Amino acid sequence: MSKTIFIDTSRCTACRGCQLACKEWYELPANITLQKGSHQNPPDLNPNNYKLVRFFEHKIDGVVRWFFFPDQCRHCVNPPCKMVGDSYVDGALAQDEATGAVYVTPKAAQLTAEQGEDVRQACPYDIPRLNAEGKLTKCSMCFERITNGKLPACVAACPTGTMNFGERSAMLALAEKRLLDVKKEFPNAMLANPDDVNVIFLLQEQPGRYHTTAVAEAVPAGYSRKSLLASLARPLKAMARELT
Amino acid sequence: MTNHWIDIKNADAILIIGSNAAEHHPISFKWVLEAKDKGAVVMHVDPKFSRTSARSDFHVPLRSGTDIAFMGGMVNYILEKNRFFKDYVVNYTNAALIVGEGFDFKDGLFSGYDPATRKYDLSKWKFEVDANGVPKSDPSLKHPRCVFNLLKKHYERYNLDNVSKVTGVSKDNLLKVYDAFSATGKPDKAGTVMYALGWTQHTVGTQNIRTAGIVQLLLGNIGIAGGGINALRGEPNVQGSTDHAILYHIVPGYLGMPTAAWQTLEEYNKANTPVSKDPKSANWWSNKPKYMASLLKGWYGDKATKENDFCYSLVPKLEPGKDYSYMFCFDRMYKGGMKGGFIFGLNPMNTLANTNKVRKALDKLDWLVCSDLHHSETTDNWRRPGVDPKSVKTEVFLLPSAHRIEKEGSVTNSGRWLLWHYKAIDPEGQARPFGNMIVPLMSKVRELYAKDGGVLPEAVLSVDWPKTYDCNEMAKKVNGVFTADTKVGEKTYTKGQLVPSFAALQADGSTSSLNWLYCGSYTEEGGNLAKRRDARQTPMQERIGLYPNWAWCWPVNRRILYNRASVDPNGKPWNPAKTVIAWEDGKWVGDVPDGGWAPMADEKGKYPFIMHTHGVGQLYGPGRLDGPFSEHYEPVETPLASHPFSKQLSSPVYKFADSDMDLLAKPADPKYPIVLTTYNLTEHWCGGGETRNVPNLLEAEPQLYIEMSQELAKEKGIKNGDPVIVESIRGRVEAIAMVTIRVVPFKVMGKTVHLVGMPFAFGWTNKGCGDSTNRLTPSVADPNTTIYELKACQVNVRKADKVTELKL
Repeated sequence: MSKTIFIDTSRCTACRGCQLACKEWYELPANITLQKGSHQNPPDLNPNNYKLVRFFEHKIDGVVRWFFFPDQCRHCVNPPCKMVGDSYVDGALAQDEATGAVYVTPKAAQLTAEQGEDVRQACPYDIPRLNAEGKLTKCSMCFERITNGKLPACVAACPTGTMNFGERSAMLALAEKRLLDVKKEFPNAMLANPDDVNVIFLLQEQPGRYHTTAVAEAVPAGYSRKSLLASLARPLKAMARELT
Repeated sequence: MTNHWIDIKNADAILIIGSNAAEHHPISFKWVLEAKDKGAVVMHVDPKFSRTSARSDFHVPLRSGTDIAFMGGMVNYILEKNRFFKDYVVNYTNAALIVGEGFDFKDGLFSGYDPATRKYDLSKWKFEVDANGVPKSDPSLKHPRCVFNLLKKHYERYNLDNVSKVTGVSKDNLLKVYDAFSATGKPDKAGTVMYALGWTQHTVGTQNIRTAGIVQLLLGNIGIAGGGINALRGEPNVQGSTDHAILYHIVPGYLGMPTAAWQTLEEYNKANTPVSKDPKSANWWSNKPKYMASLLKGWYGDKATKENDFCYSLVPKLEPGKDYSYMFCFDRMYKGGMKGGFIFGLNPMNTLANTNKVRKALDKLDWLVCSDLHHSETTDNWRRPGVDPKSVKTEVFLLPSAHRIEKEGSVTNSGRWLLWHYKAIDPEGQARPFGNMIVPLMSKVRELYAKDGGVLPEAVLSVDWPKTYDCNEMAKKVNGVFTADTKVGEKTYTKGQLVPSFAALQADGSTSSLNWLYCGSYTEEGGNLAKRRDARQTPMQERIGLYPNWAWCWPVNRRILYNRASVDPNGKPWNPAKTVIAWEDGKWVGDVPDGGWAPMADEKGKYPFIMHTHGVGQLYGPGRLDGPFSEHYEPVETPLASHPFSKQLSSPVYKFADSDMDLLAKPADPKYPIVLTTYNLTEHWCGGGETRNVPNLLEAEPQLYIEMSQELAKEKGIKNGDPVIVESIRGRVEAIAMVTIRVVPFKVMGKTVHLVGMPFAFGWTNKGCGDSTNRLTPSVADPNTTIYELKACQVNVRKADKVTELKL
């Protein structure tokens, strides 16, 4: 059984402690940003931000709702990024059996920028980013931390119980329990792809009220539309490996 | 806070008003959400929908500066609907006391007003007393001049019509809040009020909080778990710095600053020590002479003797009645009345009102010593945009300061917890903690006085000054020591040993303490109690999360103030499920009680509000300078020409600076029709001097913005992300428009009033991020505290053709 991060957005105050703790742990430099009329900054994930709190404001039935979405890698149970990456360079991405963490390995440096872009395209949640040198970047579930008895940096920084980390079974149980509570006020509340990912979001409203890739689009089990398309363009050898 | 952070979880209703708790006190929301999980209703009343509103059950938009109307409406609702907790009100508040015939209130003015001096004669508001000097009371609450009936009469004007018209809050929303919050006026329910600078920074700031006090006393919410009035302090140690007298009008422990009117200690004590003839009133401040004598012993050591009035004559004294707060300090500086000074760890060129004026004022100094982590708008004021450095005569010294993680010491959090913290890394370069600057600096000054003499050298040379700075030694001095062998109870303490509690402090010079409130924090038995990290508690304490062994809390480790009001007069908890204290088998259990006397009904019992002279909570508060009840007045700059509560448009006693740069827009000025409120944001701290130099924080909030409604944006032809110019009668500021549904226009007195909000954290030293929002705000202030009205003034907004302060 792997580890899971459960992100209860119904408790998120968008303090961005997670966003900054992530940068600090990975020692990622700050981007030069501008105010463009939104608190969401930087505007998107980028090689210097593996974690980003997204802000969405709506008026629903005359009531203002402000939804926060601390976006990050979902550490898929069957990660399409790894499938595509490995098809070019075996072991470019790794999935740790004990924790379920999906991370970029040093071998990923052998991926060409084009191949890296394919990996990015394969992600149904639009997570990985390529840096200026064409190197693939993304969240590793704080692999070094969690394998040394520490919480992921984002979870350790969270003051409200939005970010939770533990055994998958425990996190699923917590997620189901919280979903029942939240549904009392928000009947559309849901868990985002809980069977497919190890970073499970609880959403108060339909995912359309959040980020466009808050949930993966419905496709055959284990694949996203993008990964399916990407896989068609890949060498037969890779496809064969994937299908076994 | 009367209570503490964890205690918020015990509330059944949480009213967040005048605060954006989730953004400015993120940890508070851990406890707010815990209360919400258990079914508490969380309400956010604030001009804009913020991250706090997002996590509340509902948000109620309120026009900035109308909190008294809003809360006054709640007082009226509670009285009209009989929602108050009668036993509590009759026994524990001054509801039954009879006010003297001198009190009156007519058309917005209380009795005793002198328009020439803009001051009230407070003696008009006194209680009627019997032959022994004890206030007369009528527990049946029938006397027409008893506080309860005056209260009813005063607030009956605060009906839904009037309140809705002025605040811009719909009647439905008013009722929603009043109903949910007043439901806590029952013995087994608790409601808490969380406020911050959104309440204080008004010309009626003190009375905003007074109104909450009235509501909470009526509902029996003071002293209980999950109740209280909770001021959320922003800076980690702002509570501690206030306790240790960062403000000019007090010396440590909230003792009055000596003035020239009190030339001897006896005169000082007589003027400052309240007297009660009521045997049931503890009147704790009657101990003040002990605390003052111990403070003087702490300051002057062996030089302070009974014979020389403990060196009282050497303490600098204020001119009676003169205001030395920031507003007047910078006004005097602007007018050339100041030669030099020290600015340590703050950035007034960004955070004070009317910064165009204060920036010019600083130019008038011959010399200035700043100490800070980074260059700021204050340290570098001499080279600010538009100024030729050669034209500024000030010689500026910048002392590099250690960051708080680079030093050991204590902080006192909002809940009055004294928490020790340790140095994580050494300061860089020549940076030092403040203590390591002040101690050697003063030692040098003392050397010079010793060598060269001067005016009154003994004022400097008599001080018991340490050779080096040692925070542990300082913590002991703050606690206080015996200056002679003394017996306390069964135990004998020798000279030099630590005083165990402020109950042992004496007025005869046998004890010292640099702050009586902290006496008991560092003891012979337990050492430095601020270092305790022991989570043990009794089952009773565990039910409310009291954690009495974690760190230490002033006073005497009491976690919930006024806790004797959490029990009935026989000492039985009003709410046994959330007991704070209980009288069991002849003693108190639970929290440290507010005095160990037997319950009030006992012959030897005392009233619960021991810090008040008459021992009861003050529904009627005759000590404030602007009235014994709160009253709605418009902000000094207002979109209205009149309001329905009285003909008195703004506070009759607000303070103001009167220089040529202190211009004010007239009421309902069509040139400045939009209400501006200012605030902070999670990512930056106060004036931003520290956080703008943290690249990751600047990445998240890079530039000055102005939040406005879609309706206003449409009216002004402004699109989201457009640069705009914001103007008040005093200044002009550039900002990026954030057009949002989270700000709405208000319907006020039949017209549409727009409101905009801006943070004040940005300044020119970070190029392209914008400059001080406070160039817009006015030098007008609360009469009690002289805090600026930074939360409501009038501006106009237009789309910018060209900007120079913002990178686009």
